[in-house]
Amino acid sequence: MTHSPYLRESRSVRQIMLQVLLALLPGIVAYVWQFGAGVLIQLLLASTAALAAEAVMLRLRRKPLGLYLGDLSAIVTAWLIALSLPPIGPWWMVVLATLCAIVVAKHLYGGLGQNPFNPAMVAFCVMIVAFPAQMSQWPDAGLDFGQQLELILGGERALDAITAATPLDALRTGLRAGGADAHVAEVLQGPAFGAIGGQGWEWVVAGFAIGGLYLLWQRIISWHLPAAFLLTMALTATLLWGMHPERFASPLLHLATGGTMLAAFFIVTDPVSGSTTPKGKLVFAGGAAFIAYMIRSFGNYPDGIAFAVLLMNICVPLIDMYTQPPVFGHKRGSS
Amino acid sequence: MLQKLFKFHGGVKPDSRKQDSTRQPIRSLPLPSELIVPLHQSIGGTPRPLVRVGDRVLKGERIGAAEGPVSAAVHAPSSGVVRAIEDRTMPHPSGLPASCVVIEADGDDRWIEREPVPWKSMKGDELRDYLRDAGIVGLGGATFPSHVKLRAGAKPTHTLVLNGAECEPFITCDDMLMRERAAEIIRGAGIMAQMLAVERVLIGIEDNKPEALAAMRTAAGDGIEVVAIPTLYPAGGEKQLLRVLTGVEVAAGRRPLEFGLQCFNVGTAYRMARAIDHAEPLISRIVTVAGNVEAPANYEVLIGTPIDTLLAAGRPRPDTDRVLMGGPMMGFALPTTAAPVVKATNCVLAGSPSLLPPPPPEMACIRCGTCADHCPVDLQPFELYWFGRSHNFGKAQEYHLFDCIECGCCSYVCPSNIPLVDYFRFTKSEIWARERDKSAADLARERFEARNERQEREKREKAERLAAKAEATRKKLADSEPVAEVGTASPAEEAKKALIAAALERAKQQKSSVKPRNTDNLSADKQAEIDEIEARRARTGGRSVEPPENS
Repeated sequence: MTHSPYLRESRSVRQIMLQVLLALLPGIVAYVWQFGAGVLIQLLLASTAALAAEAVMLRLRRKPLGLYLGDLSAIVTAWLIALSLPPIGPWWMVVLATLCAIVVAKHLYGGLGQNPFNPAMVAFCVMIVAFPAQMSQWPDAGLDFGQQLELILGGERALDAITAATPLDALRTGLRAGGADAHVAEVLQGPAFGAIGGQGWEWVVAGFAIGGLYLLWQRIISWHLPAAFLLTMALTATLLWGMHPERFASPLLHLATGGTMLAAFFIVTDPVSGSTTPKGKLVFAGGAAFIAYMIRSFGNYPDGIAFAVLLMNICVPLIDMYTQPPVFGHKRGSS
Repeated sequence: MLQKLFKFHGGVKPDSRKQDSTRQPIRSLPLPSELIVPLHQSIGGTPRPLVRVGDRVLKGERIGAAEGPVSAAVHAPSSGVVRAIEDRTMPHPSGLPASCVVIEADGDDRWIEREPVPWKSMKGDELRDYLRDAGIVGLGGATFPSHVKLRAGAKPTHTLVLNGAECEPFITCDDMLMRERAAEIIRGAGIMAQMLAVERVLIGIEDNKPEALAAMRTAAGDGIEVVAIPTLYPAGGEKQLLRVLTGVEVAAGRRPLEFGLQCFNVGTAYRMARAIDHAEPLISRIVTVAGNVEAPANYEVLIGTPIDTLLAAGRPRPDTDRVLMGGPMMGFALPTTAAPVVKATNCVLAGSPSLLPPPPPEMACIRCGTCADHCPVDLQPFELYWFGRSHNFGKAQEYHLFDCIECGCCSYVCPSNIPLVDYFRFTKSEIWARERDKSAADLARERFEARNERQEREKREKAERLAAKAEATRKKLADSEPVAEVGTASPAEEAKKALIAAALERAKQQKSSVKPRNTDNLSADKQAEIDEIEARRARTGGRSVEPPENS
């Protein structure tokens, strides 16, 4: 016997996940246009691995297979992983990363809704710690699909000829190589950089931003998270750039490179591992952006978003506890 | 004057489905042959029956008298004979029976003697007692006795709010009442306003009822403002409506009166006017029959009419699988349609699998926070859900579980189809059960401590009594043979000594008159046997007599 309410009018989890996948499409299209179709292979590999891993784990945990496979949450995780890893990485890398996310970060913690850490970011961190070399190989502009496919399937890698560094990587190595005389403006003359961000990345970033606006419009994500993330990133970058423009890149470059847009709209917005209160969301996303900027600019990794998100994931229970919104009639001043 | 409106957080906009039942004027039902009038129809004390089986009653005759300060009388809805006073199933989710007066209607529908009530010349308490005896209770659903709410609080009451919001889908009884009987609602509001000595009267009506708004505006006189409020469920919740109209947030567990506000349903105001002007007690109300029926409409129904009689008038379709009392958001499935219409019955809703589909399978919570976005009380339902599931009741209370009004918005929007309100009802009842257990344990402990204390006291008193007696004995002894030693021993010791002396004396006398025990003069082998038994007992250490320990 069921109890009230007898009416429901909700978007199902499946519909929400479907809309998230839809929102990723503009970014993916731009990605393929700028960097070739290799990323599509990665998306396919990750999706297959995710569904297989999800099915096995659900079976082991004796959960209804159809119900939970159909929620598409594993596919979202898989796509985020595929979009974070280099598109010409070997096939086993994306598969391993996906298994890591679905089996360890998701199901070993109790499955959908129970994972304290963002599964895609856990996978990214494991990969960048375990395979730093493979994780920094990004396709050179001249690489066609056949060559990309060959690389993914394990072809011989004459690395220097076919790969390039990501813009943030290029910036870091450029500044290091130049030593005390290095200047950001000189480094930005390099081939990795385009008009405002990384060469080609501007378009991908714009694609993710368009998808993110769609999610905002559909009220799937709240404005607090992307706003706090982008604003904190921009403000921190502006502060340091204003003080030392020769040593720190402009805020625009930070917004238009690396995973900034992907993170702002698709990663920090993961509801399960993120903060849930309005104020908490601001703290969570702002903290993640700040830590990410610090790792980018002062740390040893090319981008710090994954580590930043995991660090902020740890703080979520505390953030939520201290940012509970006042309940009806209990607001200050209405005693 | 343009009324400034306020917002409450969240809310949902379900399809109101109100058109079908508002096409017809309010109808009446043929007099049913049997009327089942539950004695307990309001919050508070159960009225005591004033009639016996076999008594003839007239329409409007009081058959149950209010019991206690919070209670309201019940009346015979028509003339006839009391056939039984027995337990009948109530229109309540539990399906439990309660005491009802069953009246066989004689068909004459003959009224008691009635005269308009000179309320203006009556004292406050006198008028309140009259309303109590007329059975006037809140018709918005809570059925709180109205006379209790018509007493001014410590602070002056400045605003009277009439609730005509009617935010639940399908329900239109207040809508139709306002369209057709606006003048009497305004009349009732005027009486209430005078009793509470308020400065202004606000009538809040959702803007999806333009006809009702127009009718009420036409009827409203000076000092009464009819305010159109945005259609947003649950705007008809008392505290949500007060927030919208006045901006005041009345927290859970507090009363509007503390903020100088008082709120009544429009139906209650109408009934006030009827009770004062026509001396008509609350024996009928408007009920919406809607949902999966051929002829949805509103009916003026006598209290006690069996719900199936009313439902039949709406002609339910064959695929009707359940009947709700109330709306689809906060109503409940009736355990049986044989239950009577009571003062709280605002709607009888026929359901079908297509109209009220069974919920899709429940999935895991993804903490998306949609429930929190829609909660009109600003709760974090998903947190409460986690706490409830993990039996973390302390945390649930800390996160204001008991502020939940069970409006159902969270369940309505949950993408994982979690019946959140069910979880909250469960958690609340668990906490109540624990509180009961705890108070029972506290009571037991208090009793135990009281018993210990009593035993201590009795022991002490006995000792004192004995000491006094011993003192007397000692004195007696001292009188007969004076003792030399004085002053060295304390009075207590002396009492003891005297006691021992007296006891020895008694024992000596007894011994001389008593026979020897059977163990006194034993043969050697008998003695050996006894020794052996004693030794065995010592070996086993008396364990065999103890019950085995449960592990």
